[in-house]
Amino acid sequence: MIEFKRLWHYLTRYIDNFLLGGIFLLMLVGLIVLYSASGGNLGRVSSQILNMIVALIIMWLVANIPLQQIMRLALPLYIIGIALLIGVALFGEIHNGARRWLNIGITRIQPSELLKIAVPLMMAWYFDKSEITLRLRDYAGATLILLLPVLLIARQPDLGTALLITTSGFYVLYFAGLSWRVMAGLLATAASVLPLFWSLAMHDYQRKRILTMLDPSQDPLGAGYHTIQASIAIGSGGITGKGWQKGTQSQLDFLPEQSTDFIFAVFSEEFGLIGNGLLLLLYLVVIGRCMIITANAPTQFTRLVAGSITLTFFTYVFVNMGMVSGILPVVGVPLPLISFGGTSLVTMLLGFGILMSIQTHPKLVKT
Amino acid sequence: MNYGVELRNHLRELRHFHIRLTISAGFVVLLFCLLLTRFFYLQALRGEHYTTLAEANRIAIMPLVPNRGLIYDRNGAILAQNHTTYALEIVPNKVASLESAIDELATVIEITPEDRQRFNKLRRESTRFKSLPIRTRLSDTEVASFAANRYRFPGMEIKARLLRHYPHAELLSHVIGYIGRINDKDLEQLENNNELENYRGSLHIGRIGIEQSYEKELHGITGFEQVETDVAGRYVRTLSRTPPVAGNDLVLSLDIKLQQAAERAFGDYRGALVAMDPTNGEILAFVSKPGFDPNLFVDGIDHLNWRLLNESIDRPLNNRALRGIYPPGSTFKPFMALAGLELGKRTSEYSINDPGYFSLPGSQHRFRDWKPSGHGRVNLHKSLVISCDTYYYTLANDLGINNIFSFISQFGFGRKTEVDIPGEVAGLLPSPEWKMKRFKQNWFPGDTISVGIGQGYNLATPLQLTFATMILANKGTAYRPHFVKQIQDNKIGQLFENKANQMHTLDLKKENLKHVNNALADVTRPGGTAARAGANAAYTFAGKTGTSQVINIKQGERYIASKIQERHRDHALFTAYAPAENPKIVMTVLVENGGSGGSTAAPIARQILDYFFLGKTPEPILAEKANNRSH
Repeated sequence: MIEFKRLWHYLTRYIDNFLLGGIFLLMLVGLIVLYSASGGNLGRVSSQILNMIVALIIMWLVANIPLQQIMRLALPLYIIGIALLIGVALFGEIHNGARRWLNIGITRIQPSELLKIAVPLMMAWYFDKSEITLRLRDYAGATLILLLPVLLIARQPDLGTALLITTSGFYVLYFAGLSWRVMAGLLATAASVLPLFWSLAMHDYQRKRILTMLDPSQDPLGAGYHTIQASIAIGSGGITGKGWQKGTQSQLDFLPEQSTDFIFAVFSEEFGLIGNGLLLLLYLVVIGRCMIITANAPTQFTRLVAGSITLTFFTYVFVNMGMVSGILPVVGVPLPLISFGGTSLVTMLLGFGILMSIQTHPKLVKT
Repeated sequence: MNYGVELRNHLRELRHFHIRLTISAGFVVLLFCLLLTRFFYLQALRGEHYTTLAEANRIAIMPLVPNRGLIYDRNGAILAQNHTTYALEIVPNKVASLESAIDELATVIEITPEDRQRFNKLRRESTRFKSLPIRTRLSDTEVASFAANRYRFPGMEIKARLLRHYPHAELLSHVIGYIGRINDKDLEQLENNNELENYRGSLHIGRIGIEQSYEKELHGITGFEQVETDVAGRYVRTLSRTPPVAGNDLVLSLDIKLQQAAERAFGDYRGALVAMDPTNGEILAFVSKPGFDPNLFVDGIDHLNWRLLNESIDRPLNNRALRGIYPPGSTFKPFMALAGLELGKRTSEYSINDPGYFSLPGSQHRFRDWKPSGHGRVNLHKSLVISCDTYYYTLANDLGINNIFSFISQFGFGRKTEVDIPGEVAGLLPSPEWKMKRFKQNWFPGDTISVGIGQGYNLATPLQLTFATMILANKGTAYRPHFVKQIQDNKIGQLFENKANQMHTLDLKKENLKHVNNALADVTRPGGTAARAGANAAYTFAGKTGTSQVINIKQGERYIASKIQERHRDHALFTAYAPAENPKIVMTVLVENGGSGGSTAAPIARQILDYFFLGKTPEPILAEKANNRSH
């Protein structure tokens, strides 16, 4: 009994139980929906359980790394990430017309995933090491740290990931205290550059996606199909939903990618507005817990990292639900902790691991 | 604004940070409310509307796959057609335990281990949601017995569809190619080309040969059908229909009877033949022996058959006529002779004394003639008729490699002929620049000497040799070699001619061409290297024999070594055109390990010409015959 207690203590020492509880609940919802979305296929559910176990182990390992170590990892991780991105640009494999994958012999990797974590870490480290009050040129430097990988990823092209990394980097700038006026300026610049970007830098399929978002009925069999069918699924779920495994849209295969990016439509159809509300609440609780951890974070570095991870997690949730319900264009963003797939799960739980490490390791108050 | 260097005030920063965190929390709540509003709009306010739509989603839109275009030979004989067959398909995602389900299925209809292997291969290549065939070509009894047991097999379905069939199987495998099931790679390709829309519902795509290069013509336009289904998704009735447009039919310039004659003339030999109409570049026969049965590939080839084909030492998958590169040997000499005349290094009268070898000034190394005692006095005419090597050693030395390269490349050596099937290789016409790039070595004078008799680094495909010979037979005019003669557009119901595409005309002196052509006509007459093959021909028949050494080439040894197979005998070559004065057909015959061109390749050419002009069916030559070493 004593032995067991010691083991339990060892395992949960650096785990934030509240946060872990929220994660478990969301993953449970994911498995329940996945079972329905895959037409009662236990194979798919069990392979997702395997993904979860791997991701949880990674989260546990990261949570056990003390803060100073995490901080020391920022620069090497970033440099490795950039090197891999350059490797992709030079030797990458082309899939779907985009060069995103790097074959490293044993397996193919997608280095842009690594940058999702490495960029905020690097930027936070950069801000943290400044001994004097941050000046505009410090923000400019951090922006360069952000832009380098973003441009490399955008030209793969993988606009979705480039935008998400930009967002997480922007959150670091925001929490580091970038003045409101500069932010407004950046926003205005972005808005004015957008038309230029549209005509010069975007691929046809990317333009098509955005046009389709504005008017899905234009192309009901092609690119608009996803959006229309997903809206029908959500809408027909009504207030109470059609019941688990009873959604006609999903069970009759009208929904595209219904166990990955569009899994929320399946959930929505089967559990209705009430289910949606509860799911949003659950996400809100998890985000809230993350924000409390962020507020208690001891150093500038940990504050910036925790804030960025928290808001990035929120962004994924919002962008996914927004695209499935038709208020945002279809970009390939999974619903965190619920969509089928290992990569995003690992990235998410890695982030949570960092948050737990921040929360549970002894706080060295910086003076 | 900040003023210069100021130490950080951590407390103030923390306060600012907390303000910003609070703002972001408000932002999160706000955007979640936005989502909730959207859900409220879709589910509470418009719920009924969408419920109606979901009900109406019993109306499915089904793609109607167009019939693939047919392929005919020049006389209307069918070369590729579509058969209705029944296949049993499985959606892996809808079957809980695939292995045991297939085991159970095997009690109802026959499932061979090959079927399983093929199915597993398809599974690896596609997503779990895709319907894949476990068995194709079901018999009527099998269809009936499955139908009776259907309830036991959820996720499995009998599908009727058109299956591509190649009635001539091996005979045309290297021309027509085959279609294969669309895999993930193809899908990506289609998406990149913006063609995915038109392939919704299509199962197959052209893989090699005509099927691949004319995929756009053959595929057709996919139609759509609005279908009402019941709650379980089963078909009730058709509501509206946009019919598909069948793919365009192709009429090839190939003559299947000539092709059969050529195949027959080859007997047991491996090799290649390309026969072309020199007046327009239409390919009349195109043989690469051995071939393979393209029907095996249509629904995914099983592992065993694939291994048999892929690992056979005869290499049946290798398209020798299009992709086989061989030293052109003595068939290179007519072009060298023309180079000598055109560039003023030789006249038709000029003669040399052939002691049986040639040595470069100041060198002891002897480049030997095939006849050790030599041919005595040899002029240009005789040099071609008896295929004297020494004459071309001296000529090559006098011309120099740069002259040879620039003149001979006009005949298409070292570059693709742009024939209308994919995968062609360019062969090699060597130059000092090439050697420097490839081997980081200077060009030696001795390299030039062996180039003169078509050996050394020289490499050409049978198609290239035919192309070059066409230019010779045409007195300088080159047409683009092609297989497709006509295209029947099924959308507008019109037949389009694939017009002869004149590529270029070389500016060659008439009398120079005449000297070479006269000599080539004498090659098949008494005294020539192909005299036996030309005996009693009812038409004039010009040609050039060649022997392409597989091993034992001094300067080229290093390059050839990688190409050496277990069989080391020379390849026999013959390029021909007939009638000599007004050619109707030009061809190249290559017999792998066949010995000498005069004894093996030329008789095959003669038999094919006899069929072409006189309708005489060839008698296959047996491989044991013919060992006469004459060039």
